Amino acid sequence: MIIDHPLLGPRDSAEFTYMGDARLIDRPDPDAGTAAQDFYEYGYLRDNPAGWHDELWFHEAGDRSWLVITRNTLTHEISKVQLARDVARSRGRSK
Amino acid sequence: MRYSGFKVIKEALTGHKGWTPAWRDPAPQAHYDIVIIGGGGHGLATAYYLAKQYQQKRIAVLEKGWIGGGNVGRNTTIIRSNYLLDGNEPFYEFSLKLWEGLEQDFNYNAMISQRGILNLIHSDAQRDAFIRRGNAMILNGADAEMLTTEQIKARYPFLNTDDARFPIKGGLAQHRGGTVRHDAVAWGYARGADGHGVDIIQNCEVTGFRIENGKCLGVETSKGFIGAGKVGCAVAGSSSRLMSKADMRLPMESHVLQAFVSEGLKPVLPGVVTFGAGHFYCSQSDKGGLVFGGDLDGYNSYAQRGNLPVVEDVCEGGMAIFPAFGRARLLRMWGGIMDMSMDGSPIIDRTHIDGLYFNGGWCYGGFKATPASGFCFAHLLATDAPHPTATAYRFDRFEKGLMIDEKGMGNQPNLH
Amino acid sequence: MTQSNRIGRAQVDFTKTLKFSFDGKSYAGHPGDTLASALLANGVRLMGRSFKYHRPRGPLSAGSEEPNALVELRSGARQEPNTRATTAELFDGLFAKSQNRLGSLKFDLLSINDRFANFLTAGFYYKTFMWPAAFWEKLYEPIIRKAAGLGSLSLKDDPDVYDKGFLHCDLLIIGAGPAGLSAALTAGRAGADVILADEDFRMGGRLNSETFAIGDASGADWAATAVAELASLPNVRLMKRTTVIGAFDHGIYGAVERVSDHMHTPDAGKPRQVLWRIYTKHTVLAAGAIERPIAFENNDRPGIMLASALRTYANRFAVAADRRVAIFTNNDDGHRTAADLHARGVKIAAVVDVRPNAPSSMDYEVLHGQVVDTKGRLGLTFAEVKLADGSMRTLDCGALGLSGGWNPNVHLTCHQRGRPTWNADLAAFVPGADLPAGMTVAGAAQGDLSTAGALSGGAKAARQALGLKGRMATLSEAEDAPVNITPFWYVEGCSRAWLDQQNDVTVKDVKLSHQEGFRSVEHLKRYTTLGMATDQGKTSNMGGLAIMAELAGKTIPEVGTTIFRPPYTPTAIGVFAGRHREQEFHPKRLTPSHKWAEEQGAVFVEVGNWLRAQWFPLPGETTWRASVDREVLATRKSVGVCDVTTLGKVDVQGTDAAAFLNKIYCNGFAKLAVGKTRYGLMLREDGIAMDDGTAARLAEDHFVVTTTTANALPVYRHMEFVRQCLCPDMDVQLISTTEAWAQYAVAGPNSRKLLEKIVDQDISNDAFPFMACTNITICGGLRARLFRISFSGELAYEIAVPTAYGDALMRKIIEVGAEFDVTPYGTEALGVMRIEKGHAAGNELNGTTTAQNLGMGRMISKLKDSIGKTLSQREGLNADGDLRQVGIKPVDPGDPVPAGAHLMNADGPIDAAHDQGYVTSACYSPNLGHAIALGFLKNGSERLGERMQLVSPLTKVHVDVEITSAHFIDPEGERLRA
Repeated sequence: MIIDHPLLGPRDSAEFTYMGDARLIDRPDPDAGTAAQDFYEYGYLRDNPAGWHDELWFHEAGDRSWLVITRNTLTHEISKVQLARDVARSRGRSK
Repeated sequence: MRYSGFKVIKEALTGHKGWTPAWRDPAPQAHYDIVIIGGGGHGLATAYYLAKQYQQKRIAVLEKGWIGGGNVGRNTTIIRSNYLLDGNEPFYEFSLKLWEGLEQDFNYNAMISQRGILNLIHSDAQRDAFIRRGNAMILNGADAEMLTTEQIKARYPFLNTDDARFPIKGGLAQHRGGTVRHDAVAWGYARGADGHGVDIIQNCEVTGFRIENGKCLGVETSKGFIGAGKVGCAVAGSSSRLMSKADMRLPMESHVLQAFVSEGLKPVLPGVVTFGAGHFYCSQSDKGGLVFGGDLDGYNSYAQRGNLPVVEDVCEGGMAIFPAFGRARLLRMWGGIMDMSMDGSPIIDRTHIDGLYFNGGWCYGGFKATPASGFCFAHLLATDAPHPTATAYRFDRFEKGLMIDEKGMGNQPNLH
Repeated sequence: MTQSNRIGRAQVDFTKTLKFSFDGKSYAGHPGDTLASALLANGVRLMGRSFKYHRPRGPLSAGSEEPNALVELRSGARQEPNTRATTAELFDGLFAKSQNRLGSLKFDLLSINDRFANFLTAGFYYKTFMWPAAFWEKLYEPIIRKAAGLGSLSLKDDPDVYDKGFLHCDLLIIGAGPAGLSAALTAGRAGADVILADEDFRMGGRLNSETFAIGDASGADWAATAVAELASLPNVRLMKRTTVIGAFDHGIYGAVERVSDHMHTPDAGKPRQVLWRIYTKHTVLAAGAIERPIAFENNDRPGIMLASALRTYANRFAVAADRRVAIFTNNDDGHRTAADLHARGVKIAAVVDVRPNAPSSMDYEVLHGQVVDTKGRLGLTFAEVKLADGSMRTLDCGALGLSGGWNPNVHLTCHQRGRPTWNADLAAFVPGADLPAGMTVAGAAQGDLSTAGALSGGAKAARQALGLKGRMATLSEAEDAPVNITPFWYVEGCSRAWLDQQNDVTVKDVKLSHQEGFRSVEHLKRYTTLGMATDQGKTSNMGGLAIMAELAGKTIPEVGTTIFRPPYTPTAIGVFAGRHREQEFHPKRLTPSHKWAEEQGAVFVEVGNWLRAQWFPLPGETTWRASVDREVLATRKSVGVCDVTTLGKVDVQGTDAAAFLNKIYCNGFAKLAVGKTRYGLMLREDGIAMDDGTAARLAEDHFVVTTTTANALPVYRHMEFVRQCLCPDMDVQLISTTEAWAQYAVAGPNSRKLLEKIVDQDISNDAFPFMACTNITICGGLRARLFRISFSGELAYEIAVPTAYGDALMRKIIEVGAEFDVTPYGTEALGVMRIEKGHAAGNELNGTTTAQNLGMGRMISKLKDSIGKTLSQREGLNADGDLRQVGIKPVDPGDPVPAGAHLMNADGPIDAAHDQGYVTSACYSPNLGHAIALGFLKNGSERLGERMQLVSPLTKVHVDVEITSAHFIDPEGERLRA
């Protein structure tokens, strides 16, 4: 596969390491009353869709960016590549 | 019809007119006591044991395509019970024992061949881990033997022990491990189940569950609604897709695992050899093809095909230890969808919906588990209690912190 | 040197003669021949035996779709089993043997199987060989295995080299027949970067096999001219002998170039083959079409082949498979073969056409009928023809050409799960709509079977792919005959009529498969093995599908096809590995002191990709234990030095650096003073211990984190995840500096005295106490880092310098340490000392253990959030009686306490149900004089002093042990604070 890195342009996917569902960005609030349940769901349950999937890839043999890649799990087509950091900020993560 | 050498001879002499279909092709009835979704190895085995072992009646297996078309028909055919953890080893040993009597049990030659499996050791830490594992196997009643490099060399003289990047420092062998003709497992169970009255309904896709007041009443299918007292799901590669129809999110991801076969060759490999440090394992089929594989491609996929980097990675592992295989030709590569669970171990459990049961998350260990998986799922469906060897395969183990993590990789499915 | 079957001139160089041998007999051929064409030229039709019945076989085809003519090519370590004689290029000295036979090729003892064919039907083995149960492995299976398989491997290491390469282009054209050449000319002239790949050693495809003219030139000459023009274009790369094996995601194609297979041995420094990964924007698939045979009784004898193959042998190789040839056809194309052969003086016994409206000929007889049987034990002698009027004719012929129509070569269009669609006019599958992205199909592969159609289709495809505008150049006039075919798959009533010749699947087998309920196309394939041979059914699948469709009362498209999978043709495993084999399997990482250690005669051990010194044997030391014991004792007595560069190092900087470490470590780092180091335990988010190490605070906003060797990469990745994905606004930067700093542990009571000789500042215990860290200079100005940390439990330091100075520093330490008898120690001694001290390492942090298991549960700070904290509180990870790390020693000091052994209660039974724990790490302690171990024991912290059984049935160990503290040496930690 080829990943069109937002900073570096097209790179071979072999340079990247895969982690999984980009919802891993949405780490729950550890102080919430429901933290135990929230972290269980965050850590273990996945939509695992057959179709479009936002997922985290790390440019291990490259610039060490974490990317959020929108990829179709049925066809492997990639429609969007974003810096995970930008995505995290857009979802309200800060420090 | 009972198969036998006598029957084969008789038919040969009378023009093969007496062979009948290995299973019927029935239309679905309106209601069954138990409906199994998934006509793969596990679903068919479940139906077989439900009917034969647990004397259940009115059972149907629903298959969206043709039976045996999923992972039971696209794996690398290895059976073994060389597991480490308490939650796993008794179950896989139970499975191996079932394999050992399976052909006579279901009257079908699945070519179960206990040619042995060998895990190569390349470091002291790996040796320590394999000794622990081998001991766990023996303490659970399985067989295991530690082999020296010299013993391995005697059996595999062309194994690269002289010039290996990671020198071979011995190996853990399980002589009762081996290989099975994978398609025959699906067909043998199908024929056996059919013989006990199970309706095997092909080209019947489940499109939804009918759930009322927390109870599952049956399934909507491409052939209409089919009512059921209990519904058991055994749809490796489609688990998340299917269970999402019951609004369930599962602790798993689906990944593609590639496998490979070479052209037919005269016998070279007597048993199964696993080179874990190099992500490569290999056996030779009765037809002569080298059957081999390695790691997952590593990304979520339902495409049943992989990419070149992993092909190269696997062959590199092969050439690291078997440089004599360089001129053998890879004939075919294919991919199967593995439902990779969050701890690398499966689930055989009730769901929170009354009457709806689940079997899945087999990662890439599903084939060897087929008999026990079917047996234990049948036990659960028939008795509403887990089989003694499968008590750990619960849904709630993640919530409770009772993971069964053989590889110690945590909640990242593609690392198991 | 008879070559009795040469007919006229062709694309073979008769000016040179090549000698070769087949089954020990010598023959001659010419450059441009394949092994098959040269054998046919010499009158040899019999080239192989089939898989199951060991039927005599000759070539069916003249290409890579060949099922029959498989040989073992070359000898010794270069022996290649299953090599197609039809594509093996002839070279001088070529050595080939037939295969899959018992006895000689002519008298194969296993041909007895053919007599028992009635018993060996599809799937017979599923129904028998089950009694007695033990006989399968002992008797039946060994016999079956020995008889199965095809060719043999030499089992010698492959002596040849394989390479890998990467190519990029605008347009990849697969196949250099008329469509491919036309596409390449169009794209090449337009200036695009073009790669044109063809599996053959001569470009031109069918043009080399046909007598059609293109414009004023013969097809072959036109192709040669086109190739010459393309070769002159700098933007076009011509790759002959190159098979595109697979279409992978995002425009990546795998291709194998056979660089040296047409030579006796590769030239010096040249690889045998190269695996290319071709990255292309667009692809034109111009892979042509493959003719299919017709099934009838005994249709597999040597001499029976595809009509197009007869044409290829005649027109390209100047070879007649026999001097008397018959043709059996259902379409006009079969008549071409007759005409071409007749023109070359071959006697045409007759053309048998199933169609009543078949074209007639002045030159030979055309019969309306069907070939219903053949004769000839080792090669065709007669064909029996049943005429439309019911009468029979016997044709005297040594070759029979079969023309059942053409199958477009859709293989690569389906590699991404696309399905072909049915074209009734051609009676064939053509590429479907769901092609791999960027692919266009042209020519015969698309179903345009005429030369004119191929030329224009290729040009159009290239224009479309590249978005070329303007008028299309005028194409030369070429053959433009319509396809005129009446689908005809098999002769009514035939039984032993071969569909899959290699795997011996006959019409009868397909019928039995249907009878027994194996009716889906995948069941048919798997039950009968149709299409599973080395040719993957390129010539056989369609016949099987057609018969199954008829039996099931369906149409062929309703039955569907099986899935085409890469590679397009079988591909050497060696080329996929390239140079990554044996010693070069993985790269080696060497530590900065490696060269020095080599000079000392160190024994090295693989740690991941690193090579580390394991111990340093001295003269007279005959066992590894002697060396390791000495290293340990010397270190604890005076001072030792060990290269610990392989530990992961991550530089953490920024105003939020401390807050960041607070997040990734379960214990607190916010209050760590500048100049101090702290042990840190990192959890995964699931609450399990991930890694441990130290973090040294060099400045308010600057830490250096260390990881274990094995986890250097995953920990760094994890830290970046936390930084970028969870805490994107933290002011913190990370860089992995593992390779940037050489780091040595200097340990032992004299370590301070030694270091004082090289460091430029006061490191007395007051100035630089336990767990201190600082930037310093050494040797009068070299920048370095010093950490007072101890893995051995001794007074110890770790000193780091930029990697370039690593070798010099090691030599300096040895030099100034001479007066203290400084002793280099390796990973074994390092391991012994850490076990003696009770430090956890990789064997304990095995991915399933918690902080609680490690006895560090209280380290998880309750005052802050950290990764893994919440899930570490789950009940299953905090149960009563959980595993705790303990020390273990033998009751009898002479006994071992091996790692991997399991702990059982002293008086309890020994089985899995009563398992109490296991040993993780073990060693012989030279300081204590007996073996010691670390392990995990249920409720272990409450069981110190308990006697237990330690069992390792695998390695036949059963000893009594005593549970102790994990800290065997200096439990109070006085030494490291000294």
